[in-house]
Amino acid sequence: MRLNLKIWRQAGPNAAGRLVDYVADSVSTDMSFLEMLDVVNEDLTKKGEESIAFDSDCREGICGTCSLVINGIPHGPDRGTTVCQLHMRRFKDGETVTIEPWRARAFPVLKDLIVDRSAFDRIIAAGGYVSVNCGGAQDGNAIPISKDIADAAMDSAQCIGCGACVAACKNASAHLFMSAKISQLALLPQGQVERQRRVLSMIEQADAEGFGSCSNEGECEAVCPKEIPISNIALMTREYVKAVLAAK
Amino acid sequence: MTLDAKIPAGPMAEKWDRHKFDMKLVNPANKRKFTIIVVGTGLAGASAAASLGELGYNVLSFCIQDSPRRAHSIAAQGGINAAKNYQNDGDSIYRLFYDTVKGGDYRSREANVHRLAQVSVNIIDQCVAQGVPFAREYGGLLDNRSFGGAQVSRTFYARGQTGQQLLLGAYQSLMRQVHEKSVKMFARREMLDLVLVDGKARGIIVRNLVTGEIEKYAADAVCLATGGYGTVYYLSTNAVNSNVTAAWRAHKRGALFANPCFTQIHPTCIPVSGDHQSKLTLMSESLRNDGRVWVPKKQGDTRSPEQIPEEERDYYLERKYPSFGNLVPRDVASRNAKQACDDGRGVGESGLAVYLDFKDAIKRIGQDVIKEKYGNLFQMYEKITDENPYEKPMRIYPAIHYTMGGLWVDYNLMSTVPGLHVLGEANFSDHGANRLGASALMQGLADGYFVIPYTIGHYLASTPLPKVTTDHDAFKEAADNVQQRINALLAVKGGRGIREIHRELGRIMWDDVGMARTEESLTRALSRIPKLREEFWHDVSVPGSPDNLNQSLEYAGRVADYLEFAELLALDALERRESCGGHFREESQTPEGEALRDDEHYSYVAAWEFQGVGTRPTLHKEALVFDEVHPTQRSYK
Repeated sequence: MRLNLKIWRQAGPNAAGRLVDYVADSVSTDMSFLEMLDVVNEDLTKKGEESIAFDSDCREGICGTCSLVINGIPHGPDRGTTVCQLHMRRFKDGETVTIEPWRARAFPVLKDLIVDRSAFDRIIAAGGYVSVNCGGAQDGNAIPISKDIADAAMDSAQCIGCGACVAACKNASAHLFMSAKISQLALLPQGQVERQRRVLSMIEQADAEGFGSCSNEGECEAVCPKEIPISNIALMTREYVKAVLAAK
Repeated sequence: MTLDAKIPAGPMAEKWDRHKFDMKLVNPANKRKFTIIVVGTGLAGASAAASLGELGYNVLSFCIQDSPRRAHSIAAQGGINAAKNYQNDGDSIYRLFYDTVKGGDYRSREANVHRLAQVSVNIIDQCVAQGVPFAREYGGLLDNRSFGGAQVSRTFYARGQTGQQLLLGAYQSLMRQVHEKSVKMFARREMLDLVLVDGKARGIIVRNLVTGEIEKYAADAVCLATGGYGTVYYLSTNAVNSNVTAAWRAHKRGALFANPCFTQIHPTCIPVSGDHQSKLTLMSESLRNDGRVWVPKKQGDTRSPEQIPEEERDYYLERKYPSFGNLVPRDVASRNAKQACDDGRGVGESGLAVYLDFKDAIKRIGQDVIKEKYGNLFQMYEKITDENPYEKPMRIYPAIHYTMGGLWVDYNLMSTVPGLHVLGEANFSDHGANRLGASALMQGLADGYFVIPYTIGHYLASTPLPKVTTDHDAFKEAADNVQQRINALLAVKGGRGIREIHRELGRIMWDDVGMARTEESLTRALSRIPKLREEFWHDVSVPGSPDNLNQSLEYAGRVADYLEFAELLALDALERRESCGGHFREESQTPEGEALRDDEHYSYVAAWEFQGVGTRPTLHKEALVFDEVHPTQRSYK
């Protein structure tokens, strides 16, 4: 199968970018989307041309590194799937496919399809943890946690931090990302002590990074490869209101 | 050079406690005066950096990914072992220790393994305290499962994402220290050299992968937690950016590399579908509980599986191992799959796969039960292969999954270079010739949370470490060395793709240094690898420039190192003329075709000293003594 690709090329953070046309021929339907790009890149490399820069690592949908907008949709057309798990049988011979990077003020493009997502790390650094030093923990079974609570916390904890939620949102909001961590720790007994501090500092950090606010469109949920629901955002908002009121 | 493992004296169960008391301490007020570099942010690296930061050291943490949360520990599915005995089923520290030494086929160091089993219980407590959402029972207590054929249920898990949740726990602790300013985080940095001053590890040279700048960092000690070398086989279950570069460059600076031939192959991966393939996906071994493995009896049988009648199928595992059947250990299952394919009886387009058939299980217990047990795996299989495994047998093939070998370390996790410590999969110490399921996560976190915080303090407190800055000549020499290699890669300007050469290296390794190794195949590999290396340096094409983000350059550097390292792996495999664990030498097997150890001649750790590329390295041996667990021969008939 043969595809016409329109790929965002941008030499560096301050350079202007543009869509460049490429042709991928002899694409096998068994290929993953990233393997298709590997083949395009290998041909470029052999010709001595610079390869198309894109991020990926585990290629099994768990590390959260891959980050492509395909035909306008972060991670492409399949629901609950990262780009690395998307296969070429999803596309038709002769189709034109546009590939762009995540776009958000807080995720500046570094090169081609690679963006800087360190803002997410700084949001976690602001409070996305339980402040326990190594060494003094009590026995793991000393804190019984009901299965329902543990399962709900696990549902939220699945976030892979890829940033698709931000890329899909017209406000470039990081609410789904933040709320997943806030919900996980707000549900668990271990997270109670810092519950209010956490939500306040993480949201403050997200604002400082230039992420927008939430206007309940649900685009984030639709593209989330782990299908994390926006009910997490509702929980986070409640936590935030409670924390603000308590602070006053 | 004599290898001193520095194993503390005293009874096995008391060694670590005594050692903790005997080791020197760094005064709390003095800790911030020491700088420690930690390279890698997987379970071992992140837990080490976070814990050292908590203690008050000044920590510099490096990773090649865009965020420390993405290290490949994140992909581990199954679970983490700990000798909690919460299930009241007879587990103990001693049993976990015993199982690990035996499972490692008696090629690991007893004292290290015992310590691992001891601290395993603390790991679970620490992770729970961090808010890791482990699976729970209805009563609210932690759930366990039995894993990898263990006779007790000691595996803790968080759905199929245990590695992810443990790593996020360690990552969050790390980010907390970044916030507290005790750890400085350097993401998208690749370590390209180790800097030695007066024979001690005092810093590293890294390339900033965004700007291309060569950066120098000085410290009082260096920890490498840079993972394994599975991608030397090109296709593996590792992440595509996993590499041996940091460890290999430390090796070139004097750190001995131990047991590189100990590699682990996982039997149930989704087979290769073509040349384009970039990695292999693992499916949980639990599938073999209900699936039956078979190939056609006839060679080159291209009929689709449902057209092959029962009497023309060879359920070879059930035939050869009547008591264990489809549940034989990883290495046995893998080798037999290879044998069937070598016989020309492999299935699928490539002929490099065997069937894993659920037809009988579905008939016996119903599709609903199968779906409940393996639904997510079946779904994943269908997504990747576009075949419905409820109707058509799965095709599976073994793949490289983990590497037990690594830089040699003593009991304190220090390499042969003073001050250079090695943690997690990057070191060699705990798994011997074969790692048990759910033990990789345990070891990574044991090293980072509970071992290095003690042993590095002892090193710092007992070693004179005059102040060193990056102005020292040694930093300039190392940075120039790195720059020259980068320039050399860019200067080749040949016509071959980097990936193409890596793929070719992978094929050599898989065919000749893979699941079954012979004197002949290893000798062949040792002549093919240097040739390919020469070809690489004459004909590789590395486009782009050194002074910005250049993924071709990153990749070329890693493949260039693999082309040197592969030779060491093959040599180690050749020199170890016995079979043990994941290392199977066809010349050394029982009449029944099982791995045959040679304890008389090979009960040692092979630690290799670098002598130059293309020059035979020097072998140093650390004799293995088994005071507690006495070597026996495995049998699964």
